[in-house]
Amino acid sequence: MHLLHTPVRSPKRLVAVVAMTLLATACGGEPTGTDASPSGSTPAPTGTTAAEPTATPTEAVTVTVVTHDSFNISEEVIDAFEAESGITLELLASGDAGSMVNQAILTAGNPQGDVLFGVDNTFLSRALDAELFLPYESPELGAVDPELVLDDEHRVTPIDVGDVCLNYDREVLADDEVPTSLEELVPFADQLVVENPATSSPGLAFLLATVETFGEDGYLDFWQQLADGGVTVADGWEDAYYGQFSGGAGEGDNPLVVSYASSPPAEVYFADPRPDEAPTGVIEASCFRQIEFAGILQGTEYEAEAQQVIDWMLSPSFQEDIPLNMFVFPARTGVTLPDVFVEHATLPSDPIELDFRQIGEHREEWVEAWTSTVLR
Amino acid sequence: MLSVRDLTVRFGDTVAVADVDLDVGAGEVVCVLGPSGCGKSTLLRTIAGLERPAAGEVVLDGRDLAGVRPDQRGLGMMFQDGALFPHRDVAGNVAFGLRMRGWPRADLGRRVAEVLELVGLPGLGDRNVATLSGGEQQRVALARAIAPEPRLLMLDEPLGSLDRGLRDRLIGELRELFARLGSTVLYVTHDQDEALALADRVVVMRAGEVVQVAAPDLLWRRPATAFVARFLGQRNLVAAHVRDGRATTVLGDVPSTRDDVAGAAEVLFLPDALRLAGDGHAGRVVSRRFAGDHVVVTVELDDGPTLDVACWGGGAPVVGEDVHLAVDPTATWVVPAG
Amino acid sequence: MDLDGAALTVTAGRRSSATLLLAALPITFIGVLFLYPVATIVWTGLAPDGRLDLSPVLRVVSDPAILRVVWFTVWQATVSTVLTLLLGLPAAYVVARLDFPGRKLLRAAVTVPFVLPTVVVASAFLSLLGPRSPLNDLAVRIAGEGAPQLSLHHTVWAILLAHVFFNYAVVVRTVGGLWAHLDPRTEEAAQVLGAGRVRTFLEVTLPALRPAISAAAAIVFLFTFTSFGVVLILGGPRLATIEVEIHRFTAQLLDLPTASALALVQLLFVVGALVVYGRLQRRGPSRQRLRSAADVARPPRGARQRAFLAANLIVMLVLLALPLAVLVERSLATGSGYGLDLYRTLGESRRASILAVSPWEAVRNSVVFGTVATVVAVTVGGAAAWVVTRSRGVAARLLDGVLMLPLGISAVTVGFGFLISLDRPPLDLRASPLLVPLAQAVVATPFVVRILVPVLGAVDERLREAAAVMGARPRQVWREIDLPIVGRALLVAAGFAFAISVGEFGATVFIARANLPTLPIAIFRLLGQPGAVNFGQAMAMSTILMVLTATVITAIERVRVGTVGEF
Repeated sequence: MHLLHTPVRSPKRLVAVVAMTLLATACGGEPTGTDASPSGSTPAPTGTTAAEPTATPTEAVTVTVVTHDSFNISEEVIDAFEAESGITLELLASGDAGSMVNQAILTAGNPQGDVLFGVDNTFLSRALDAELFLPYESPELGAVDPELVLDDEHRVTPIDVGDVCLNYDREVLADDEVPTSLEELVPFADQLVVENPATSSPGLAFLLATVETFGEDGYLDFWQQLADGGVTVADGWEDAYYGQFSGGAGEGDNPLVVSYASSPPAEVYFADPRPDEAPTGVIEASCFRQIEFAGILQGTEYEAEAQQVIDWMLSPSFQEDIPLNMFVFPARTGVTLPDVFVEHATLPSDPIELDFRQIGEHREEWVEAWTSTVLR
Repeated sequence: MLSVRDLTVRFGDTVAVADVDLDVGAGEVVCVLGPSGCGKSTLLRTIAGLERPAAGEVVLDGRDLAGVRPDQRGLGMMFQDGALFPHRDVAGNVAFGLRMRGWPRADLGRRVAEVLELVGLPGLGDRNVATLSGGEQQRVALARAIAPEPRLLMLDEPLGSLDRGLRDRLIGELRELFARLGSTVLYVTHDQDEALALADRVVVMRAGEVVQVAAPDLLWRRPATAFVARFLGQRNLVAAHVRDGRATTVLGDVPSTRDDVAGAAEVLFLPDALRLAGDGHAGRVVSRRFAGDHVVVTVELDDGPTLDVACWGGGAPVVGEDVHLAVDPTATWVVPAG
Repeated sequence: MDLDGAALTVTAGRRSSATLLLAALPITFIGVLFLYPVATIVWTGLAPDGRLDLSPVLRVVSDPAILRVVWFTVWQATVSTVLTLLLGLPAAYVVARLDFPGRKLLRAAVTVPFVLPTVVVASAFLSLLGPRSPLNDLAVRIAGEGAPQLSLHHTVWAILLAHVFFNYAVVVRTVGGLWAHLDPRTEEAAQVLGAGRVRTFLEVTLPALRPAISAAAAIVFLFTFTSFGVVLILGGPRLATIEVEIHRFTAQLLDLPTASALALVQLLFVVGALVVYGRLQRRGPSRQRLRSAADVARPPRGARQRAFLAANLIVMLVLLALPLAVLVERSLATGSGYGLDLYRTLGESRRASILAVSPWEAVRNSVVFGTVATVVAVTVGGAAAWVVTRSRGVAARLLDGVLMLPLGISAVTVGFGFLISLDRPPLDLRASPLLVPLAQAVVATPFVVRILVPVLGAVDERLREAAAVMGARPRQVWREIDLPIVGRALLVAAGFAFAISVGEFGATVFIARANLPTLPIAIFRLLGQPGAVNFGQAMAMSTILMVLTATVITAIERVRVGTVGEF
């Protein structure tokens, strides 16, 4: 079974997911750490140097969580945390994931908030290189699939995981007609919509999938073939999915689109009335894994409280709330998934992965080459 | 009551008012007359405190007004075209000055009605000013200016844009009103009829300077300069040479009583100095203008000048007819050339 | 001799200390919340180590790829401007000179697109111009299977059409406003002198309208030159404007040197357009003989005028009403036919909704933020307009111009500038909930200034003098004369500021708190999730936003009778 050393993603939105079985199997042995500490009770200061909280515990503390604009969690879950911890949470959305990371880098040392949520493996190395985060090893990490823990120094903590995959419109393409690998995609180029990797997180993830699949020497040939075949490029996921894709709620006329593994369950969940079958399907062989992380921002005045927030994000109540709010899978194992995920989410058994350091090193160069090949 | 001394107002390099002296006595009506751009409006605005003088002083009832804001001067002013407040009705306009001066609210209605009555607009208090005719608007503006009974009432071309008939009627009404109120009035106009009809004294201005100050009849018969004469509408000016108390013209010699004029000059022949006669200076009628109760014929004399002559009664000559002019040398006035 | 100008200078000089005090408000506001952040981010880009390095600028202006972007930006802005003028001028005539039932409503209706957020408009055009356009269904129904199918999505046509859609109102209102007040007797005089209709239009009407036409053109050029959302969503990745590139280099690539260089290039064009605009404004309608609008509009006479009116109404219907109708249609569509189901669900905070709050709360947030922004914009803009109209100096004109700049600077530049400039007490506004309305106020203030300046300028100075002579102290003059006369314009400005604040998206998206989304943010987030309910709710909220702004604008129309405004 493949290990997750890489990852991905930043998406704005949805995602899909996967692997709960994978995770469940992979980490099946140790659900113990999970119940051990109720969230918020105690940070165990680990490698941290400056761990002493500056605020006195009696004073009401506001911890600001900087997120991308797709972050979402139920109000009840937030209320419960605030009641229990005495911490007030502020959620500050600052654009999409890429924009959020860049803003954090610009304000390094004097951050906008105390905790950052939503940096994914495609942007992780940039964030780590900029030394944005204070290390913290949450006691809750024991309940998380170790393969999701990409940073040995624990500067970031994995919170959720999802896959970017090709979706298809089942009204147009039968399940046995669709390509089963990226290679087979070429003849379908004129029915395919992809996002611009320069401006879209799923677009970047899909580009990385092709780099991993065809190698640095071969991916441009593949894209050249798609371009020659008439692939449609959109700037953002919204335009691609709603404007160009024909499946589900889409208004376009292309039956193939780069979206998330969780899009089919979302189509079921957000339909009225809910259908028995998802109107769209996922091509498993195209799936690229994205892991979203949270980290404590250097320069925070409330390090101890920020650690409590990280613990909370890994707590069962938060983790259970993730799927139907952000349409990704919880990083924690043993979490009960909603029925719609169990029934309609596809679980890529072998997602495509790429080392985050390698991504960090070559991202701009690959995107630039892609732009020259496909757009110009 | 009002005394202006050596007043000079400059706009950048332009001198709008130059060294002007002016006195207005209590109860007196003084008209400032001059062509547009002569500085007469600026003079008024400076007295009101709307412009700042470069030099000189404005003294009202013995108090130097330098540095006193317009709203503290206690003057009344009627603006060119009225400057009525479009957002207030007639009564609101008239009551404005009263309110600013702190009249008790209860007295406003009575005073407004009284003043509207006075200007001939009884009962129009609740009208929107935009719906009034030009003449009515002028009356409202006047009512607004006089309502607070200002120490000095200033009017800037108050009848400027009205048609002639209406203007003549309003001139009459104004004269009556000023007499009835006993107001001290400073009145600016470019129209000599208005000035001559209304004023106790007329101040003629030209290019920022005062040219002459005189009572209307004196101004008419004894203009200080050819400019004043022409501006009052006198047309019969003939070139002359003055020496030893006599002015020589092509129409003969006339007496000169002015010591300040010598050499090249002009002689003003007043209307009653000329009449058509059986003999005298020969000429020909070149145009003829009907003026209601008389006819004005323009005669080109054989020896040069062209003169207007009034013919009363019937039998005025027609264009092209040869005529003779008799001249009365005593009905003349010598002015410096210019 | 024209002494009026000089007279004003004298008057202004006396009031200079009060004016300075008043000027401090807009200067501080725009300085702290706009100029300082923008200057900081540009300086960071061009002087990373504290020394100015202009090589990125040279690199940018010599990079053929970027030059293509610059060229495309200029090209599309020019074409958009020309198209908007061509379609908008006849409409300006219609609302100015033809009297017909519903004229006022029409004037209000054409304004609605102008204040709608890009994200809403883009989704409408997405539906209308895409392959599943209702137009295509219609074509098939009429002409059968082989009917020509429209698909303008990702073409430059989509961009141009959307730009015309947005800016139509600028031309109709700016030009129509002046046209309604032009003395028709000058045209009658020309006709009596033997000029035909066309000659009269070309030689009399057009020159008289030129200040308004040029001003409208400058504004439309400015808006379309800096167009972001429309180009991004409708144009697809192959068509990029400078603004889009600034966003990409800043938000995605964090390449501040290139972004700053691009920002400077853009600034150059923007300032150019503003200078042209300023010149034209000063030569504006005040010198002309203007009449009140009521007495120049006549019911259409003859078949030609009726046909002209009908043609214009059809253009408006297709161009303006159709995209909005598509929004409404989509918001009413349910699984089976039509109904209000989607609206009913807005009240629920769905467990799985991407919104942290129920959509109705987003409406409430929008109204609250919009109200605060309106108060700020009207206060700041009012002070600025007062200063600008009462002083004639270069400084006042500069202030006027600077206040317009927010219309031409990329929201991402401002947003990122905030982060690194307003980051220390007492100016650490980054996490303040006030930041959203303040940012919206920065965007709305130029409109307030533009609406108030002409009206304040048109208040006859002699009215103030008359009041003063009658004993009104300076403050009483303001209260008794300026306020009542400008009062309506203030209401209009407030209404516009509100509509614009409520619809603001570009800046808000960077700074909105996740738990306090505004309507446009909520729409944007709903559109970011798959599923028919999300899409439908986005359409329903767009419809609500549209109705909200339409209501405000229509209310404005009722009070703006008789004022000469620029928008």
